[in-house]
Amino acid sequence: MKKLMTGNEALVRGAWEAGVLVASAYPGTPSTEILENMTGYPEVYSEWAPNEKVAVEAAIGASIAGARSMASMKHVGLNVAADPLFTFAYTGVNGGMVCITADEPGMHSSQNEQDNRMYAKMARVPMIEPATSQECRDFMMEAFDISEKFNAPVLMRMTTRLCHSKGIVECGDRVATAPTVPYVKNASRYVSVPANARVLRHDLEKRLAALAEFSEETPMNRVEDNGKKIGVVVSGMCYNYAKEVFGDDVNYLKLGFTYPLPTKKMAAFMQGLEKCYVIEENDPYLEEALKVLGFGDIVYGKNTFPYAGEMTSDVIRAAIGEKPLGTLEYAKDKVVARPPALCAGCPHRGLYYELGKRKNVMVTGDIGCYTLGFAPPYNGLDTTVCMGSAFSTAHGAAKAFEAMGEDKRVVGILGDSTFFHTGINGLTEALYNNSKTVNIILDNRITGMTGHQENPGSGKHAGGDPANIIDIEEVCRALGAKNIKTVNPNDLKQVKEALDWALALDEPSVIITKWPCVLKKFSDKDKSDFPTAFKTKNVVDWEKCIGCKMCLKSGCPALAFNKEAKKAVIDRLQCVGCDVCSQICPKQAIGKEAK
Amino acid sequence: MTKSILLVGVGGQGTILASKLLTIGLMQEGYDVKMSEIHGMSQRGGSVSSQIRYGEKIYSPVIEPGSADLIVSFEKMEALRWLEYLKKDGKVVVNNHEMMPMPVIMGVADYADDILDEIKKACKDVTVVNATKEAEKLGNGKVMNIILLGSLVKAMGLDDIDWTKIISENVKPNFVEANLKAFEVGKTLV
Repeated sequence: MKKLMTGNEALVRGAWEAGVLVASAYPGTPSTEILENMTGYPEVYSEWAPNEKVAVEAAIGASIAGARSMASMKHVGLNVAADPLFTFAYTGVNGGMVCITADEPGMHSSQNEQDNRMYAKMARVPMIEPATSQECRDFMMEAFDISEKFNAPVLMRMTTRLCHSKGIVECGDRVATAPTVPYVKNASRYVSVPANARVLRHDLEKRLAALAEFSEETPMNRVEDNGKKIGVVVSGMCYNYAKEVFGDDVNYLKLGFTYPLPTKKMAAFMQGLEKCYVIEENDPYLEEALKVLGFGDIVYGKNTFPYAGEMTSDVIRAAIGEKPLGTLEYAKDKVVARPPALCAGCPHRGLYYELGKRKNVMVTGDIGCYTLGFAPPYNGLDTTVCMGSAFSTAHGAAKAFEAMGEDKRVVGILGDSTFFHTGINGLTEALYNNSKTVNIILDNRITGMTGHQENPGSGKHAGGDPANIIDIEEVCRALGAKNIKTVNPNDLKQVKEALDWALALDEPSVIITKWPCVLKKFSDKDKSDFPTAFKTKNVVDWEKCIGCKMCLKSGCPALAFNKEAKKAVIDRLQCVGCDVCSQICPKQAIGKEAK
Repeated sequence: MTKSILLVGVGGQGTILASKLLTIGLMQEGYDVKMSEIHGMSQRGGSVSSQIRYGEKIYSPVIEPGSADLIVSFEKMEALRWLEYLKKDGKVVVNNHEMMPMPVIMGVADYADDILDEIKKACKDVTVVNATKEAEKLGNGKVMNIILLGSLVKAMGLDDIDWTKIISENVKPNFVEANLKAFEVGKTLV
């Protein structure tokens, strides 16, 4: 059966066909759709975990119990999940286990472009790099076999273009019976105390030696010999870009199984070549291996290709000195940048508008839609480090200001999903060590930026079934927070008073802004909790509007300024009647559209 | 012969559904097809693109600057932004619709009045369609994307594919009729 699939969809298809039984993930671009798609296969238990570490640990538990399992995450998610993965490399698997990491060359939606191939080498786990949707499906199936045969968790390394590109995939059916391995208690393997680990350390090295032999033989690593003197060594999506540029004019060593590397095959490929391009996104992982093998004098890698970004065909052409394709001349100076912005009706707007007026505060942000609050007109963030960092960074800064004798106050901001991810640890830190930070949780009842995944506070499981709601306010109280206020962020007076209250305190406080994301599909509970949300439209009364542009400071994309009339206008297609602009207007010129 | 089509617009305008339907049609017609999109942060009101390449054998899913046969733009400014990707003899189908970027709303940049003229100055084959207005006439502003899909199909000469079947099978049942109507309207605009 042929289907058009993204790399993410094809991975899921392959895992399903191979009989995976448990899949866990935390959302993160470009990996999110992996678990989302898995919820469409009822034979598999699929879940959103609160963070990537938990997801990998859940998959490890499932593997040890005897099922085939997987965990998926974006590249930085593996930083969070590294701890269990490194130990699991020692203990080995029971049921096959695959950990998918989705790297982001070019940083389309990320804060860095770390090369997670380095994790395979560091953790000593076998690694696979597919190049097409078809390979995503095929290699995923093979990954489970490899995992079980060599007793090792497998790292599946994806990149953004592979995750989000579609190609035609020939797929089959699920295995009749999901392969499982009986669970037998084996504490000397699975209890990782030093005495056991020292034994496993040697065992691991033996497994790697066997995997190195496998790497030489597997068709995942293949040579395309076109009888040329120029070679290209390549893995993953870069293979496709290289084929566009070089066609059949070079020999290829296309690597799909990239840890351990097939060093004998690599050395043999290099024999007789005059020049070899190594085209890699992120780090010179293959290049360094070829140099260690002694081919440094004919290898053209990062000395030729850019050290950062995607190695798309145009980039390769430019790097090897080929003429670019001709392009049209046009008025580039008239193109206005269109950065992403908080949506019309976004419940983060009211908070940022009020917070932006505060002087002598430092604001530590976090990862989510609300990171967009850094941009004009709010200019609302001083820092964003990583997922779940807001409260801990705020805490450290507050302690430093105190130590330096400065009276600057620090406010941390993160979202509901981020709070459950690792923000909860930061709040624990602030409460335990008594930091006088203001800790704001923007609870929009969903994981927003990645496209509406459920989380422990949203009331639903990954597939949409009802779940226990873990109440954020109760969690904060249980951790020991004494000063908690929950406000409606679209009510600017409530927001202002909450900020006044919190900044006057000499101890930690928590402000929860609770209003659903404007794009969220409302649950029955949302409908009863927020009956008035997004049901109206605001309209500007031009009789009253004095053209002062104050409302535009709300940063709402539904608002614009009519240059001829010198009045504000609201795009009624976008407006959902949140009333933030009407509260800002000094002339009460913004009201509700008549029904 | 490989063909490349670029669908561009503003996050939320429905480029993803239009490109999904297009790729299904192309696959059923027997082409090798690749399609690339970037999801995530840019979807929040940012500039977005879906890149579709089809032919006998396709490797890269990404369109190079100077290689698109057709740009279908869901918004005027976006057509100008992506013109660098068009072949010198490529075509543009552009929706006559403006969405103000945040720098314009903030008053730090201008949305020029003559964007369409600039596109026409640079490119010989430009079709301006009123897809947003036509969609409103049909009573559902959201079907603008399918109107543009209809225009795209006409512009690329892909009329022979059974689009009625593809639309019927791949959009939510409640929206099939509206989308089929929109598709037919789109075909008449080119």
